[in-house]
Amino acid sequence: MSQTFILNGIETPFTPGQMILDAARNGGAEIPTLCYLKGAAPTGACRICCVEVKGARSLMAACSTPVTAGMEVTTNSELVHRARKMNVEFLLASGKHNCLMCEANGNCRLQDLAYFYKITKLQFREKDEKDIYPTEDQNPFIVRDFSRCILCGRCVQACNEVVVNRAISQGYRGAESKIVTGGDSPYNESECVFCGQCVEVCPVGALTEKKAKGLGRPWETQKIRTTCPYCGVGCQQWLHVKDGKIAKVTAVEDAQPNQGRLCVKGRFAYDFIYSEERLKTPLIREVDGAFREASWDEALDLVASKFKSIISEHGPDAIAGVSCARSINEDSYQMQKLFRAVIGTNNIDHCART
Amino acid sequence: MTNSFADFIKAKLILMIGTNMSEAHPVASTFVKDAVLGGAQLIVVDPRRTDMVDFAQMHVQIKVGSDVALINGIMNVLIEENLYDKKYVESCTVGFEDLKKKVMEYPPERAAEISGVSADTIRTLARRLASVKPAMLMYTLGITEHICGVNNVMSCANLQMLLGNVGFECGGVNPLRGQNNVQGACDMGALPNVFPGYQRVDNADARAKFAKAWNVKSLPDKPGMMMPTMMENLTTGKVKAFYVFGENLANTEPDIHHVEHCLQSAEFLVCQDIFPTETTRFAHVILPAAAWSENDGTFTSSERRVNRVRTASVPPGQAKPNWWIFREIAKRMGHQWASNSAKEIWDQEVSVLAPSMAGIKYRRLEGDGIQWPAPTEEHCGTPTLHKDGKFTCGLGVLKPIDWIPPAEVPDKEYPLVLSTGRRLYHYHTRTQTGRSRGINDLLGEETADISAADARKLGVADGEMIAVKSRRGEVKVKARVTQQVPEGLVWMAFHFRDACANWLTNPVYDPITQTAEYKACAVRIDRLT
Ligand code: SF4
Ligand code: SF4
Ligand code: SF4
Ligand code: FES
Repeated sequence: MSQTFILNGIETPFTPGQMILDAARNGGAEIPTLCYLKGAAPTGACRICCVEVKGARSLMAACSTPVTAGMEVTTNSELVHRARKMNVEFLLASGKHNCLMCEANGNCRLQDLAYFYKITKLQFREKDEKDIYPTEDQNPFIVRDFSRCILCGRCVQACNEVVVNRAISQGYRGAESKIVTGGDSPYNESECVFCGQCVEVCPVGALTEKKAKGLGRPWETQKIRTTCPYCGVGCQQWLHVKDGKIAKVTAVEDAQPNQGRLCVKGRFAYDFIYSEERLKTPLIREVDGAFREASWDEALDLVASKFKSIISEHGPDAIAGVSCARSINEDSYQMQKLFRAVIGTNNIDHCART
Repeated sequence: MTNSFADFIKAKLILMIGTNMSEAHPVASTFVKDAVLGGAQLIVVDPRRTDMVDFAQMHVQIKVGSDVALINGIMNVLIEENLYDKKYVESCTVGFEDLKKKVMEYPPERAAEISGVSADTIRTLARRLASVKPAMLMYTLGITEHICGVNNVMSCANLQMLLGNVGFECGGVNPLRGQNNVQGACDMGALPNVFPGYQRVDNADARAKFAKAWNVKSLPDKPGMMMPTMMENLTTGKVKAFYVFGENLANTEPDIHHVEHCLQSAEFLVCQDIFPTETTRFAHVILPAAAWSENDGTFTSSERRVNRVRTASVPPGQAKPNWWIFREIAKRMGHQWASNSAKEIWDQEVSVLAPSMAGIKYRRLEGDGIQWPAPTEEHCGTPTLHKDGKFTCGLGVLKPIDWIPPAEVPDKEYPLVLSTGRRLYHYHTRTQTGRSRGINDLLGEETADISAADARKLGVADGEMIAVKSRRGEVKVKARVTQQVPEGLVWMAFHFRDACANWLTNPVYDPITQTAEYKACAVRIDRLT
């Protein structure tokens, strides 16, 4: 028998050790979060997940309060909503949250909450421009816009507890608070390895992909799941595509094997396919050594006829080929089939060795 | 890999040999680091102080190319001190007596002499390995890229079987594959001795089966040439035509001068690629191919997981999917192939012909993919091979193995060892990462990594241009003085053409797999001023 607690008046099961957040979600009650990061120790930093617990003196953070048997939890009372709304109002005033100009517009948890609570004007005095740290974007991939940072700490947790690159931490105190690299140096002079996990988890527009700037709003892009073309881990990616062009790449959450993680190559090295240097037409070498453009028919006819004449003069084993360990299975299958069934040789290999 | 990436984070003891995981397989390394934060032990065996050493309880700084001696030494202690898994060895393996006889020739003191790891450390290491069960062994090219690569691999397997660690979650022998689809290219039979699904070409039944499926009278029964032999035979004239699909051999193969001579000798060279490369310079015909994300298909990862790859963009100009190009050539040589998409090729041919993949169909690959073997459409895949020590081919074979030194060892003229590998920001010859905006800003040039001790001896300053010379060639490159590299070792990658390590590397190969010895050759460093 599992134990139970009272969730919004209804007896609900939970597993011992479970936080209110998870038990309530299992019980069908949604609780908003900002700082909570799955797989990392809860920090209780943002308080947006606050709920009423009967007998407690103040509202409790659902992400970091364990459920106990018989506990009476209310997630949707007037009191809870008032507190959350005020929290959002504070956060909106903590920087410059001008959504119109934000890369995260349409994909921002703070914007979602402001909308949910029907907030139309600022209740508190907005932080002064001069009190906001300048945007850090000296590196090629990551933009850190301090005017939008709500100091939830998720990026720090992702960097230290998930991917364990230990490149960033909470620096300074109070109103001076800031997420910093070691020595508060620019990212490209720090321990950062540009895995972009911090960007992946930032709930607002404080951390964004530099290369994706202006390439498409969330509602304009289509998400296509695919597999990373680099190493043999096989990380699962979302390609965010607008008009047949990849705007950015993110990780597929909860997917095997990467569980929402990517490295610098998988996340940022995708745009080689749009290079102007791509081969765009078949090329045939002239007697003088220069290449000239050719049609597919001409090039393929040349290959086929040359192969046929070599086979008839020297036998099929005078032809050899190497397949590509980067391309899809179906390509390798076709190539070995061409060599074995059509040319008639087993001289087919690939660079299994590099 | 016998096991899965999902095991990494749950493992209790991880032994890494010859793998620079945080640079070559970064996401996999994050799970190892998570395991360590959760209390797992990590042991790193590597000549270099790689980044993973920061997380390790033990860094076993072995001399380049001494793996077999070290592992024999460990096994010697396991047997001498009765620490090995007797029950497992008796019920799941054969060959123990022969193995024992061999490793008795490698007491820790002798292993220490060869490997540079002290006898005490070898004993501690053996005891530690025996103290936790199961332990997970991971390796990469530091094991395979030697003339004794196969022996190194078998030594890893010996060790794990002796410890009773093969066939269990969080155990096993786990080579992380370098390229995204190296596993798949092997599975598909892009190898000279096997059809798709590892069915041997010298087996008459397999030939009959494939001949029928492919609608041909017969198929060649003699295993073909491996790549180094093909290239060599371009110069002897035995091979007239060479078809290179997507490989930049002129940079990736050892001894570039010689490789280019081979490519130059081809009577007819066909290159099929997405970019002009150093290799396509030698081509007679270049065929433009569609790239990743420009066609549908599948990759198979290191954990034998078949994953979908999907289309996001259209190929530029007239570039075409590779499978289409092969099909068109077949047609022009008198063969009509029915399958006309990657999906049809997989569903109608690959999965029908390869029993271990029979249960894998495109419609089953919408989510996380499936790990072969998956013999039926009801089978949900196989995360762990040789479950509970029951080996797919009967009993696990323990093989006695002797240590041999690398083919070229330092001498008076070339007093340093050169070892090569990859760096985080680039991939192989940079045809792709070099053309992805921003990556070159993070790493824009090659360096020769050397120790402070050698830098002092040679009078070389950090960042100074130096010449690194071997019997094959010479490169001018910046010296990078780093703690990562021990005295006597020079470490380089092959990402940049001008200072590519393969101008220097030694074209000698493992006799069975023909894997080149990228990890060891002899070089000297000269100052330029
Ligand atoms: S990119 Fe990766 S390493 Fe750099 S700060 Fe973000 S999480 Fe840390
Ligand atoms: S940058 Fe984003 S994730 Fe990091 S503390 Fe600020 S808001 Fe949170
Ligand atoms: S994202 Fe990085 S670790 Fe993952 S498959 Fe791609 S290259 Fe490998
Ligand atoms: S989500 Fe619970 S305190 Fe932030």
